[in-house]
Amino acid sequence: MHNFDFVKPSTIADAVKALSAEGAQALSGGQTLTPTMKQRLAAPATLVSLTGIAEMKGVCMGADGLSIGAATTHATVAKEAAAHYPALAALAGGIGDPAVRNRGTIGGSLANNDPAACYPAGTLGSGATIVTNRRKIAADDYFQGMFTTALEEGEIITGVTFPVPQKAAYVKFNQPASRFALTAVFVAKFADGVRVAVTGASNDGVFRWTEAEKALSANFAASSVAGLTVSPDGMIGDLHGTPAYRANLVKVLTKRAVEAAH
Amino acid sequence: MPKDHGIGASSKRREDVRFLSGRGYYTDDSALAGQTYAVMVRSNVAHGRIKSINTANAAKMPGVLAIFTGEDFKDVGGNPAGWLINSRDGTPMREPKRPVLAHGKVRHVGDAYAAVIAETYNQAKDAAQQLADDSEIEELPAIVDMKKAVADASNRVHDEIPDNLCFDWGWIEDNRAAVNAAFEKAPHITTLELVNNRLVPNAMEPRSSIGEYYPGTGDYKLTTTSQNPHLTRLLVGAFVLGIPENKLTVVAPDVGGGFGSKIYHYGEEAVVLAAAKKLARPVRWTAERTESFLSDAHGRDHVTRIELASTKDGEILAIRTETLANVGAYLSNFSTATPTFLHGTLMAGPYKVPHVYVNVKTVFTNTAPVDAYRGAGRPEATFSLERIIDKMCRELNLDPFEVRRKNLIQPDQFPYTTPVGLVYDTGNYQATLDKLIDLADVAGFDKRAAASKAKGKLRGMGLSTWIEACGIAPSNLVGVLGSRVGLYDAATVRVNATGTISVMTGAHSHGQGHETVFAQVVAEKLGIAESQIEIVHGDTSKIPFGMGSYGSRSLAVCGSAMSKAVDKIIAKGKKIAAHMLEASENDIVFADGKFSVAGTDKAKTFGEIAFSAYVPHNYPLETLEPGLEETAFYDPANFTYPAGAYLCEVEVDPETGKVDIASFTCADDFGNVMNPMIVEGQVHGGVGQGIGQALLENTTYDENGQLLTASYMDYAMPRADDVPFYTVDHSCITPCTHNPLGVKGCGEAGAIGSPPAVVNAVIDALHRGGMTHVKHIDMPVSPSRVWQAING
Repeated sequence: MHNFDFVKPSTIADAVKALSAEGAQALSGGQTLTPTMKQRLAAPATLVSLTGIAEMKGVCMGADGLSIGAATTHATVAKEAAAHYPALAALAGGIGDPAVRNRGTIGGSLANNDPAACYPAGTLGSGATIVTNRRKIAADDYFQGMFTTALEEGEIITGVTFPVPQKAAYVKFNQPASRFALTAVFVAKFADGVRVAVTGASNDGVFRWTEAEKALSANFAASSVAGLTVSPDGMIGDLHGTPAYRANLVKVLTKRAVEAAH
Repeated sequence: MPKDHGIGASSKRREDVRFLSGRGYYTDDSALAGQTYAVMVRSNVAHGRIKSINTANAAKMPGVLAIFTGEDFKDVGGNPAGWLINSRDGTPMREPKRPVLAHGKVRHVGDAYAAVIAETYNQAKDAAQQLADDSEIEELPAIVDMKKAVADASNRVHDEIPDNLCFDWGWIEDNRAAVNAAFEKAPHITTLELVNNRLVPNAMEPRSSIGEYYPGTGDYKLTTTSQNPHLTRLLVGAFVLGIPENKLTVVAPDVGGGFGSKIYHYGEEAVVLAAAKKLARPVRWTAERTESFLSDAHGRDHVTRIELASTKDGEILAIRTETLANVGAYLSNFSTATPTFLHGTLMAGPYKVPHVYVNVKTVFTNTAPVDAYRGAGRPEATFSLERIIDKMCRELNLDPFEVRRKNLIQPDQFPYTTPVGLVYDTGNYQATLDKLIDLADVAGFDKRAAASKAKGKLRGMGLSTWIEACGIAPSNLVGVLGSRVGLYDAATVRVNATGTISVMTGAHSHGQGHETVFAQVVAEKLGIAESQIEIVHGDTSKIPFGMGSYGSRSLAVCGSAMSKAVDKIIAKGKKIAAHMLEASENDIVFADGKFSVAGTDKAKTFGEIAFSAYVPHNYPLETLEPGLEETAFYDPANFTYPAGAYLCEVEVDPETGKVDIASFTCADDFGNVMNPMIVEGQVHGGVGQGIGQALLENTTYDENGQLLTASYMDYAMPRADDVPFYTVDHSCITPCTHNPLGVKGCGEAGAIGSPPAVVNAVIDALHRGGMTHVKHIDMPVSPSRVWQAING
């Protein structure tokens, strides 16, 4: 790892200012950034920690739904969201291992937008709103492909607001080595329809399976998915699974998520 | 009531107190005055010609003290292969020089071609990057696939080896015609092509070495992660750098796992010693995890075609195999023995097979060296054999339990001479099979299968009856077979004046628990408390010349030496006691820690005898030297032959292909058991690694020789929730007939016997689920491969 400076501002304004410096890089839980730095694949001059900002932390139920500060760890979400949004809490509680869950944050995960991460599925599947220091971004507009988001230079995620569905479930099939999602599906049933978000499967990152949403909105039952087919075109093929295998998992896991939704 | 100390007690592992409380002392824990840091510059291409290495820029960077390249070592010795194998036509194997640092060509990704020594680690890293940038390496086409390597003579790993072949070995060549004849008239022939997947050893502690040099005396010291410090001293001293053995001390302190990968001498050890001499300062190097993936000797990597000739009712008539075995870019120290004498000699298994012929072609490729890894050759033999027997049972619609029972060597047939050159001294394979069937509740399988089906899962069971040759090894036999070293071991038992005991062993403990078990054996034999005994290992300046730990040999070979040394202590004690008690030596009996005159109450305690030996006021000085210290060397008369029967039950999710191990049961015969808890732990660890190989682990190079699985993001290690709670039994005991403790060894058993049981269970589950088109799935039997097989 190369040497770097480290600052830990206590307000969003100070963080934005610090990030405007040459070679500055935001650090949240560091679960992706620090391994990258250790391998000398990244060498920021200054790390700006976002975990000392009180207004970016915590889980709170409000009129718009469940609001989670961007610097809230997965472990905290797993614990504090359980009463309000059990499917999302379960998703957070299934990320990585205890060490990862106690360092990694929701904001960090969404800013990174790893194609196999869990939070993008929960966020897109819930139709959540990403709140930044500049604006509010609908999940449908936020995710723009593998490791690519709507975030602009100097823009920091400060929180995420989740509408709470009537029923939901997240079913993840682990990549055997990393235990990221080889493929995972988040299904959420709202009064006005069903959302299905898939992570781990596509070369374009998290996506909505709209055919399944339509079928499930008409009849929220596993059998509604049975007749659908998922094309392997555009799916990820790697050591752990072919595009066809991932396409199969999309369907199987969607069915299981519908069965598990509560 | 179970024993609470001595032989047979489940004494708690005394070394675990320091390991589990963070107080172990590993190589990288050393902090030495004036220490410097080495970083290796490694090839990022699989195959390339070194055109130039410009050291000027790197040498000027802050903190840089020295730079070494292959040129600096071109005149010293190569790292040798420890075993000479002759091809079928009698020609000796091809042995390309394995240099300290690559010279002329780089031959695998991770092949070190230069080393930078600097004041700090980061300075060395920075300069190493600069040096890599200033090196011109012309990339050549990579040779990765073994079949292509032997087919394409135009592309060579070593320019002087035209067909990338190290040797073409037949075992036993003279039997070939008879084996072929048996196949020609066989009523049934089963054929299977399979891959024994390549594994990265992944010891928890990466390799680490520190070189020191003392200009005043010309002495060197190497602290290193080794399973066998004397062997390392021999290799790096006598063979590579030409340092006399009396001027080099090798210390292997606490070592965090080896599994074979730390048997071998590696170039980094020579680099830190040479650099320490040049700088007259300590030079340290510790592998990063990525370096471990790229440069530790890997394991397995066989492609095998096996044929089995049988009667229609499953009597095995003959076995014939053809194997391509990958040795990687260079010959690691035991790489030529592993696919031959640790593999071909086991191809009869525990069965009465009249005819066996094994052919192994060993192939150079542009990949990391491949060598012995837990089990070493024997897992490959067992996997081939147990998979094809299962396939034969399916083809002939026979019961796999009954077919094995029919073919197993009978208890009254020992000693049993196999057609592949071994003599099994003792065993009772029916007993372990019966025990397994009982313990695993085979009778209750259908009920469990029905419960699985209700959950949408397919349940299957897989059997493996395995044998290994371990307690490596009788020197005269392995000498005939090509070994360039002897494989005895040694121990010194030093009774101190106050009666405490230091035992110096040639075996090295890197997780096995020697400090506990060896003390148990000595305590039992001398009738004293285990707490009075200390086991010393891992330092060539302290221990006798032993050959270290691998091949399930520590207790069977070094333990036997230790037992003999204790016998010598008792014999000397009797002489001292006879003098002190004014009796004839022949009348002295030793029991329960006391030397007494038979038939009387006259006695001296062990402590009194020890004290007298060191304060010889009343002592037979005219006939006996003072002191109470004995050394024994022990060379085994034969291999030992642990054997057992394993049953795995799996549940397969037919929609995703995911395999879960529902249960795993082991019935083993390890001969006499010194510490049942440690034996159980060894079996757990071995089976865990076997399940890892069967379901998860795979080492994948792409066509350019880049290692795709170079981190835990893609190399799947088994975790706690991948393995079940095991049922382990070792109550079926036939003691080894030729060593003093009657022990056979248990370290590798689990890794040998388990992979075929897992794969057999998966195939069984699929067949029971109606997917009878699936004949075989190569390891690792990953979810995507199972799904592919189901839908293929």
